Parts: sequence; structure tokens; C-alpha cells
Amino acid sequence: MNQDIKINDLVIRFANVNGTGSASANNMFAKAVYRMGIPVTPKNIFPSNIQGLPTWYEVRVSEKGYLGRREGIDLLVAVNAQSMKGDVASVQSGGYLVYDSTKTLSDEFIREDLHYIGIPMMQLCMEHFNDPRQHLLMKNVVYVGALAALLNMEVEVFETLIREQFAKKEKLIPGNLQALHMGIDYARKHFNCPLPVRMERRDLNGNKIMTDGNNACGLGAVYAGATVGSWYPITPSTSVMNAFEKWCHKLRVDKETGKRNYAIVQAEDELAAMGMVLGACWNGARAFTATSGPGVSLMSEFLGLSYFAEIPAVLIDVQRTGPSTGMPTRTQQSDILSAAYASHGDTKHILLIPSTPTECFEMTALSFDLAERYQTAVIILIDLDLGMNDHLCDPFQWDHSKRYDRGKVMSAEELEAGKVFGRYLDVDGDGIPYRTIPGTHPTKGSFFTRGSSRDEYARYTEDGDVYARNMNRLLKKWETAATEMPEPEIVHNDPRNKFAVIYFGTSSYSAQEALDLLTEDDLNLNALRLVSFPFHAKVKEFIDQHEHVYIVEQNRDAQMRALLMQELGIEGSKLKSVLQFNGMPITAAYIHRCIVSDKSFIPQYEEVSLAKMA
Amino acid sequence: MTYARPSFRHPQIARNDIGFSKKDYEGALSTLCAGCGHDSISAAIVQACFEMSIQPHRLAKLSGIGCSSKTPTYFLGNSHGFNSVHGRMPSVATGAILANKDLIYLGVSGDGDTASIGMGQFVHAIRRNLNMVYIVMNNGCYGLTKGQDSATADEGSVNKSGAENPFQGIDLCGLGIELGAQFVARSFSGDKTQLIPLIKAALKHPGFALIDVISPCVTFNNNAGSTKSYDYTREHMEATAAVDLVPMKSEITIDQAGGTVELIKLHDESHIALNKLHRDWDPMDKISALRNLHEARLRDEILTGLIYLDPNSRDLHAILNTSDRPLNQMAENDLCPGTEALEKINQSYR
Repeated sequence: MNQDIKINDLVIRFANVNGTGSASANNMFAKAVYRMGIPVTPKNIFPSNIQGLPTWYEVRVSEKGYLGRREGIDLLVAVNAQSMKGDVASVQSGGYLVYDSTKTLSDEFIREDLHYIGIPMMQLCMEHFNDPRQHLLMKNVVYVGALAALLNMEVEVFETLIREQFAKKEKLIPGNLQALHMGIDYARKHFNCPLPVRMERRDLNGNKIMTDGNNACGLGAVYAGATVGSWYPITPSTSVMNAFEKWCHKLRVDKETGKRNYAIVQAEDELAAMGMVLGACWNGARAFTATSGPGVSLMSEFLGLSYFAEIPAVLIDVQRTGPSTGMPTRTQQSDILSAAYASHGDTKHILLIPSTPTECFEMTALSFDLAERYQTAVIILIDLDLGMNDHLCDPFQWDHSKRYDRGKVMSAEELEAGKVFGRYLDVDGDGIPYRTIPGTHPTKGSFFTRGSSRDEYARYTEDGDVYARNMNRLLKKWETAATEMPEPEIVHNDPRNKFAVIYFGTSSYSAQEALDLLTEDDLNLNALRLVSFPFHAKVKEFIDQHEHVYIVEQNRDAQMRALLMQELGIEGSKLKSVLQFNGMPITAAYIHRCIVSDKSFIPQYEEVSLAKMA
Repeated sequence: MTYARPSFRHPQIARNDIGFSKKDYEGALSTLCAGCGHDSISAAIVQACFEMSIQPHRLAKLSGIGCSSKTPTYFLGNSHGFNSVHGRMPSVATGAILANKDLIYLGVSGDGDTASIGMGQFVHAIRRNLNMVYIVMNNGCYGLTKGQDSATADEGSVNKSGAENPFQGIDLCGLGIELGAQFVARSFSGDKTQLIPLIKAALKHPGFALIDVISPCVTFNNNAGSTKSYDYTREHMEATAAVDLVPMKSEITIDQAGGTVELIKLHDESHIALNKLHRDWDPMDKISALRNLHEARLRDEILTGLIYLDPNSRDLHAILNTSDRPLNQMAENDLCPGTEALEKINQSYR
């Protein structure tokens, strides 16, 4: 067995039963790694269930700062009898299995190539605590303590975390500290601590923060001045509106009167949630909703109205595994086409695609400006992985001099001064008309909003030429938007490289790591990260300069590739796909494997390999 | 037939308290069939708003899809309007109301738009007690798709093709009361003396006000055997009371207050005067209202007028405790917590 010392490069997986309080202990573990200055990325792999089913929490510790999911588990905390068999099998050879030795481990769970570390978690808890509920909860803290000793983590960091976590329930602090130390003491007494796989303090996290994308979106909406939030509960987007409500409650309630500068309505379904957004935006407020794939299907009707009647709207789509109900608690990037072209007829919607919570915050704030500037729906596409898992990211920033861009809204003064108002009149030649907010002027500027065709003055018409003129103006508006979209991130662009990779959203973490793996093989690829749709001109430029481009996506049908082909007129033969769609976050090893095994790549690969051998 | 509406108005034309003539409340010329009940309802809306001296731009009109939902084009041309998607007007209205609590909201829908495709949203609009008037132009059929039975068509009613409707009709007033609507009325497009005061009272009501208006479809559902034809409705109408809205500033004369007239005080000190025609009907008692509805139905009669009223309404804004200032009038300094707060938030994630 491999006993080489490995520092700050490991994957720890916790196999728990959901509903047993393991989440907070596991979070504390990940936070402790962060506090020790080492980059860390935790992932919750949970069932669509409230209590009793297997749930996993996976923590990757990476000195190199790789934050994507990694294959191969170094240490597994196995405290769920239901999933024990699979859990034992999931550990990589030479790895460690920490289990509750209160009961003897059955022979069927013994593998010759693993190290077994038995901690009598339940027994220790029964000896020290009286309440059965406490036995269950403290067991989690005991294994965290044992890990602290085994993995060379700083005890004070855990102690501080416990004190912070229970600052408002001080009574709970002594018990938790005691459980922590029970684990530490037992591990130190019975095992050689630390293990060869271990951690050491570093200072690699700077001023970074750790939070999840849904929270960042909710906070971004508060900063952007959203006042109306309507939603229908659906995993994995529910915590977006929860976060919005939490922050509004803290930051938007008048201290004297207790009145709220916001309104949140839990709608009867996603149709209504989107209808409320349109009603509020039409009436001059900033409004948004959050949903996942099934909700996007229902909201499509209103998204079409938003496009055609030119009403601002913001939708945060936290993608999950489709189609239909799919796997509600697993991740995927599979709503790209249904979001981009949501609704019947010729429609297109602006997409923003953040990769980090920091970008979730910024792009949510930006989305309200774009929605009002272009008077259309803006969809923020994130996924379960980004939305619900903590990510190490740059702190949120806000420019205090920033003013909201409310777009072209004609005021009572302008109307009074006799400025010509035609709701769908392209006055400025950019395809963006002026709108008025209901209640502006007693006799001027009112108009009738409708989803049926109309002329420049919002009068109903069935004249085909007038209809086509309007559709063309909408296209012109779309083209204007394309010039003002956030630019893609050109991560790497060496003119000598014939091949490139394009990725977006949460695939970015693993794609960047894969590029390093490829470089280790002397395979250099250029890279671009997409952040918005309509595609910025730089996207086509970048693709044009390469022979082949790999598009990394977490869906089956290569939806982003299809969108690039459709919108930029790129030949399909040029765009190759790296696809993973099993619901787990994509890994660098997988991307690396796909690219090096791609036939079109072999000539160059062999050339390089031969050169290496020579 | 000409589609030009004469623009000439007599200089001595009547103006209301705020200087507007009735013309200022009119809309584009209707394109509905000649004799359509909906046009009479549009006229009643114009009259009610004119008489109440509503600032046209302080009212927003919303609708779904169908013949009924076309009508907002034909009234209140100086008001913003929103002809949304089929059955979804309530959610659009909800958002609009949340954005600006200070406007008056008038929703117009049909029986298909409300009782079929929009039933879910209708139900929840009532549940949330949106401060709006919700008029259903109810003709028991889908006019715009040529006369199919709708969900409010009575069982046994015969449609134009001679087929008898085998399904039970949905009674929107009964449903509304059941769901907690606090102002529920039914009227007939052909009875403006009843309809206009009902619309006025509904506009005054500070919560969800439902008026189900039987509005015959002259083209597809005005035949013998239809229970939503002009003739049938006229013959079977039975009113709960004669209704009048007494504005806040008016003195209530002895004439009005005397006899069988009952006064219901509204939130702004105006009154609804009811000249009750049904002795055992109490408009503020839900059970009495429901019983009267059911009994009328058993007699094959259509109960019209005010059916139920709870003047102590708590609308959605009160429930949500939103600020007195409309949300759509807030700017950065009201809404953005600023950089200092953000730094504190960052610190909590370290």
C-alpha cells in the first residue's frame, strides 16, 4: 500500500443518512479547511427526500487551487449502513475508511487494499450524553474531531467554528466541544496521527469567501433594487428566493415602521410566478423569479410574451437533471436551448452564465439593468452545483456610485413637452423603443400592451408588413444587445495552438484543471469561457482562428454546440463535444480523457508523444 | 357601416368633478359583433368611471384572451392596458398591484378565460385578496372560436348547433364566496341601472371585487334553449336588491335611508345603499348569501345584484406589510444596502 506523504491534496467523502444533522458537522469540516488557508470545494450529493435516505458530502482539498470535483476518494467516513457496500467500493486503493466501530464491521465490507479506522462514535456518545437525539447529533461532531486528529487539522480552528456556530445558543457549545475532543482523543490514542494523507496550514485563500450561488443571486437581486419576487418552490432553486427574503428582511425593512420595501409572493405555479414578474415589471418595479427546468417549461408562455410585448423580466434558472422530473437533486447544464428559445414563434432570450458565486451576484445585478435596457427577459443560467454548493470565490463588490439603468422610460415631463411617443417606434435606430409606466401622465403616453401584433403606436394590426417590420426591429434590438453583452473570458490564446476548448458555468473549474493536465502531456489548447448569449463577436473570432474546438458541456445533446452552430453559422465538423450528463459535476480527468482519446486529436498527440520519447 | 366615430362634442357637454367629459373615458371603436353584451359592459365601465371622477391614468385595465379580453381596447383609452395571455390576467394583475399600490386595477375576463384555462389563477387572486375589480363577461361559450360550450354553461343549456350541455356549470359567484372573496355580485349586461352602481361599489371596495356579468353572445349563444340568451336572462333574472353607491361627501337623505334601504359603510366613509328585495337575505352573512344563490338556482332563476360583501377587507399589501410608498417609486437610496453592509456580509463568509 502506498504510504507516501500527500499534503493538501485529497478527497474526503462523508456517507450519511439524510435528516441526521450531519450537514452542519460536514460544513464545519470544509470551513475548517478554508480557515487553514487551503483551497477547498465541498459538494453535497443528496437525495430527493427529507429523512432516511443516503446522502453524501464530498470535500476536495487542493493546494493547487483546483475547485472542480475530483475522481478517487482518499478517505471515506462511512456512517450509513444502507450505503456501506457501495461506499466501501468507492474508496480508491490505498485509501482510508473511517467507520463507527461501536458494532463490529461485517467481513463483507473488508477490502485488503484499504486502511480501516474504527472510531466507536455511538459508544462514546452514549457514555457522555444522555439524550438519544444528542447521541445522533454528537456522533457527527465526534467523527469531525477524529478527522481533525487524523488529517493534522488545527483544533483551535474547530473550536472557534463551534463557538461561532452556536453564538446564539451558547448552551450547546460545551457539549459540541466535548464531542470534538472525544473524537480527537480517541483517534490520537488509537492511531498514528496524522495519517500520510494530511493537511498543513497555508495562506492561499487571501480575502476569498465561501458561499453558494443561490445565496449570491438572492443578494444580487437585493443590491440591484428588485422589489418584487414571485416564485414556486422547486429544487434546486428554492434557496434563491429564501436568500432574497433573508436579505430583504435584514436590509429592506423600515426600522421605525416595520414596513417592507419589498414584496415576495409564493405563487400557485410557475406560470403565475412569471406572470407576476411581468405585471410588476410592466408597472415599473424590478421583479424576478427563480426556478429550474420544469418551471422553465411552464414559464415559456410568459417568456414569449416578454419577448414580443417587450416587458423586462429576470429569471434565475438553477438547472437540474432533466428531462421531465429527471433527477431533481443532481446537476446538469441542460436548459440551454429551452432557455435561449423559450416559447413558440421566433423568440430569443438573453442568457447570462456565471461560474462563481461572485459572478452570480454581479450578473444578477446586471440582469436587471439589461432587462430594463432591452425591455426583455434575461435568464441567468446556473446549475445545482453552483447554486447549492459552497464555492471558494472572490468577495462581493459593489460600486456605491452605481446607478440603476432603467432603460428608455419616458417621463411625464417629456410627454408634457410634446415628445413623440410610439411604444414600438424605433426612435434611436437601435431597435429599442421607449416605454411609459402606467400612471405617468393624465392624457399622454398611455398604450395598450398585448401579445398580439400591433403597429409602432401599439395599435392592433393584422397587416403582415407591419408585423414583419416589428419582428425585424426586434431582431435589430437583439443585435444591439449582442454588442453590449459581457465579453467572454479568453483564458488562454496562443496563436500557435490549433485546438481550443470552450466551456461555461460550473464546467469551468474542471476544464481549467484539464487544461493543466493536457499541458503536462505537452498538449496546449487555447481556452474561452462563455458568459452570455447573444454571443459576443469575440466568440466567433476565437472559434474561427482554430481548427477544432471542444465544447465542454454537462448535457447529452451538446446544446451549447447547437446554439453556437445555429447562431454563429459555424460548421458542425469544427465543433467537438465533451459531454457528461450523469448528474454529477464534471471532472478534469474526464475532460482530459475525452480530449486525448479524440481521434482528430491523435495526430498531434502522437507527434508530441513521439517527440517526448525521443 | 362606417367605423369613424364622430369627434364632435357639444361645448356644453357634461364634465365631471375633475373636468373630464365622458369622451375622455371612451376607447377605440368596438369590433365585437353588433349587439354583443360585452359592449354594454364597456359602456357601463365608462359611465361608472366618469361618474366617479376617476383620473383615467390612475387606473390600469388588464385582461386575458377572448372576446371579453378584447374589450379594454374599447374603454378608458387614456388608461394603460395589458391584454395578457389566456387565463393569466390574475398573475399579471398581482405583479402590477405589488409594484404600485396606488393605482386602481380593473381586470376583465371571460368565462373561458376565468373558469377553464384561468381557474387556477382566478382562485389564487381571490385567496390573496388583490385590491382589484374582476369583471367576468360571462356568455357560457367560446365566442372567438365559434361557440363551443364553456365551463359556466348550465347543464341542459342548448347551444347554437342544437347540442345540450351535459356538464354542470360552474357558478363563479358561489365559488368566489367559498374562496373568501369579500365583494361578490352578479349582473346582466342588459341592465345598466343595476350594473353601473355595482361597478362603482366594486371600484370602492378595497380588496378583490368580483362581478359576474351575464353577457349574451348574440352570434353563438342567443338561441332558444340557451340559458345565457338575452330572453332567458331577462325572464329569469331576480335581483337581491337595488344598489346605489353614495359617495363620501353626499348627505344621506331621509328618502334614501328610509324604508327598506340598508346602508353599508365603506372604508372611506362612502356608503352602499341597498334597497333589499329579498327579505331573508343578509349581504354580510356568507351563509345567507350562499343559500340565496342556491335557492335561486333551484327555482331556475338567476340571482343578480350584490350577493355578498365584507367591508372589512385586508388586501395583499396589508398582508405583506409593504411600505406605504409604491415599490415602483423607490430608487437606489431606498433599495441598495451599500458597500459597507456588503463588506460585513463578505466577512460572514470567511
